[in-house]
Amino acid sequence: MTERQPTDWRAPAMQRRLRRRYAAERRFRLLGLAAILASAAFLAFLLVSMVARGAGGFVETRVALPLDLSDVRIEGARLMGPGADLALAGAGLENAVDRAADAAFAPAGGAAILSDGAWLVVRDAVKRDPGLLGRRTVLDVPVATEIDIARKGRGTPEAEASVRRLGDRLSSGLNTDFFAGADATDPTRAGIWGALKGSLLTMAVTMALAFPIGVLAALYLEEYAPRNRVTDVIEVSINNLAAVPSIIFGLLGLAVFLGTFHLPRSAALVGGLTLALMTMPVIVIAGRNAIKAVPPSIRDAARALGASRVQVVFHHVLPLALPGILTGTIIGMARALGETAPLLMIGMRAFIAAPPDRLTDPATALPVQIFLWSDEVSQGFVEKTSAAIIVLLVVLLAMNGLAIYLRNRFETRW
Amino acid sequence: MTDHAKITAEGVNVFYGAKQAIRNVSLHVRQDEVTAFIGPSGCGKSTFLRTLNRMNDTIAGARVEGDVRLDGEDIYARAMDVVQLRARVGMVFQKPNPFPKSIFENVAYGPRIHGLARSKAELAQIVERSLQRAGLWNEVKDRLSESGTALSGGQQQRLCIARAIAVDPEVILMDEPCSALDPIATARIEELISDLRGRYAIVIVTHNMQQAARVSQKTAFFHLGELVEYGDTSAMFTNPREERTKDYITGRYG
Ligand SMILES: Nc1ncnc2c1ncn2[C@@H]1O[C@H](COP(=O)(O)OP(=O)(O)OP(=O)(O)O)[C@@H](O)[C@H]1O
Ligand SMILES: [Mg+2]
Repeated sequence: MTERQPTDWRAPAMQRRLRRRYAAERRFRLLGLAAILASAAFLAFLLVSMVARGAGGFVETRVALPLDLSDVRIEGARLMGPGADLALAGAGLENAVDRAADAAFAPAGGAAILSDGAWLVVRDAVKRDPGLLGRRTVLDVPVATEIDIARKGRGTPEAEASVRRLGDRLSSGLNTDFFAGADATDPTRAGIWGALKGSLLTMAVTMALAFPIGVLAALYLEEYAPRNRVTDVIEVSINNLAAVPSIIFGLLGLAVFLGTFHLPRSAALVGGLTLALMTMPVIVIAGRNAIKAVPPSIRDAARALGASRVQVVFHHVLPLALPGILTGTIIGMARALGETAPLLMIGMRAFIAAPPDRLTDPATALPVQIFLWSDEVSQGFVEKTSAAIIVLLVVLLAMNGLAIYLRNRFETRW
Repeated sequence: MTDHAKITAEGVNVFYGAKQAIRNVSLHVRQDEVTAFIGPSGCGKSTFLRTLNRMNDTIAGARVEGDVRLDGEDIYARAMDVVQLRARVGMVFQKPNPFPKSIFENVAYGPRIHGLARSKAELAQIVERSLQRAGLWNEVKDRLSESGTALSGGQQQRLCIARAIAVDPEVILMDEPCSALDPIATARIEELISDLRGRYAIVIVTHNMQQAARVSQKTAFFHLGELVEYGDTSAMFTNPREERTKDYITGRYG
């Protein structure tokens, strides 16, 4: 056997190897940077285009309407209490508003330039101040969607002419109806609150079911279940379940919850149940990984002190795994929040003009509302669609922020 | 069986799957003595130690045969409650493994789950006494609410000892408690073992011959899963009966 030559670290071959190593390092860094830049650019593009198109959805155009409500007769007592809306509608308030508009804006289009909901603004003003009924006054009321769009710069030539005629009688303001109302046929009256509330109720059901079941399943599989064929099959099934297209969960929900259990159609309850089926496997997988990451030495330490299995799990394993479980849960929930297809299958695509109050009320959800609005022909809904997307993105952002907060809050420092 | 035998093991075999790690080992651990297990790496010291508090139960595929008794009670009997057994036979691991909780919580955990303290004050007293016995009290008394994992390695190991004695076990098993410690921390732990002797039956696994000689009264030498020699420490170190023991002790082996 020959002696090994001492290594010459300065040999040209060595130098070349060194240079190649540095080059590889640089290449990798550049690729990584490019990947980050690309995803940041996509995100920026999405945000910018959505905000540019959707910001107008939060703003409504109003016109100063001179009103003479002296011929609307109604007793003061009927303006109090829950019957007021009905009383004012019966007293011909809507006609009075239309007549006032016809008189004031005849060259620009008369009553047609007002939103369908304009008289509702007048009604609410009268309820606040019954004195308006007896006198002349000027109120800012929302305009029809064509005028609104024309003022924001994308209208038809006729509408733009109307805008020019109305001149400085037009003004802009925050569209509170958008945040407080539900779906409507007239885009100026359509709001997001109904869909948002539907989404929140749905998410509450999903969370209440998927989180405890998912976490318990993960704990059982990791800490209790013996390693054998059966658990292997269960593991494969759960991993598969997490990858099943969401529309199939919708069909499942349709068949099981509506077909077999006869739960109400279009309800947040059924939407939540269906999305829980979809979210649970994600939580199980995230939970198992988080539980696996808890060092075995901690389990040994607790067991050697005479802790029972349940005590080991709930005193040590679960608290240490919780940040990971929560992160996984919120990612699963965020995905569920953005899910449209399964909700369409169980009927949450109906036109719902009132926000749901109970879990069994007909409801819709944010992404479904976006889908429905994007399908509308009216120009006014284009802007609403983008505005709704912004709301959805803000909710998602809040959820992910919560995930980061919870992770930092509960993370154990070793 | 002698009168003072705390633990008696007769004909113990341990298997990991098909592989036998302990072959027909019998020995007695006396109440008032420190027993040292020595032997080359991989000879089964930890494995045998774990049969004494049934920690092998938690290893998938591990199987124990033979008869192990604590105060004459068969610990592998169906009627034996493992949770209580482990409270009676405490264990300190080779690697310090404090819980990522406060120092106080680390020590208080055992007494709490076994309901050993009737009041908060009593619990605090147990924690203080345990930390004092483990020789850690003076270093940590002002920062009991800090994380146990923020201590140095040697402090962590003493914390683990305090945690084990807080449950007031009858036997303490220590698996190489000083393997990661510097000579000063090692000396403290040896001192501690001497202090604890008599109160608890102690079994210590060690790779350090001097340590075995210093702290133990009985020594067991394991080799390839067999118990080669077992007897008084002084006799074994001065006059081993077996050639293999002599080679190992004098450093000519393993
Ligand atoms: N969990 C396990 N699964 C399978 N085999 C194991 C397991 N633990 C230990 N063994 C085997 O059993 C034998 C004894 O191991 P053990 O850990 O008891 O040795 P040891 O004497 O404590 O060694 P050391 O001094 O290095 O800690 C070794 O051959 C080891 O490979
Ligand atoms: Mg060992």
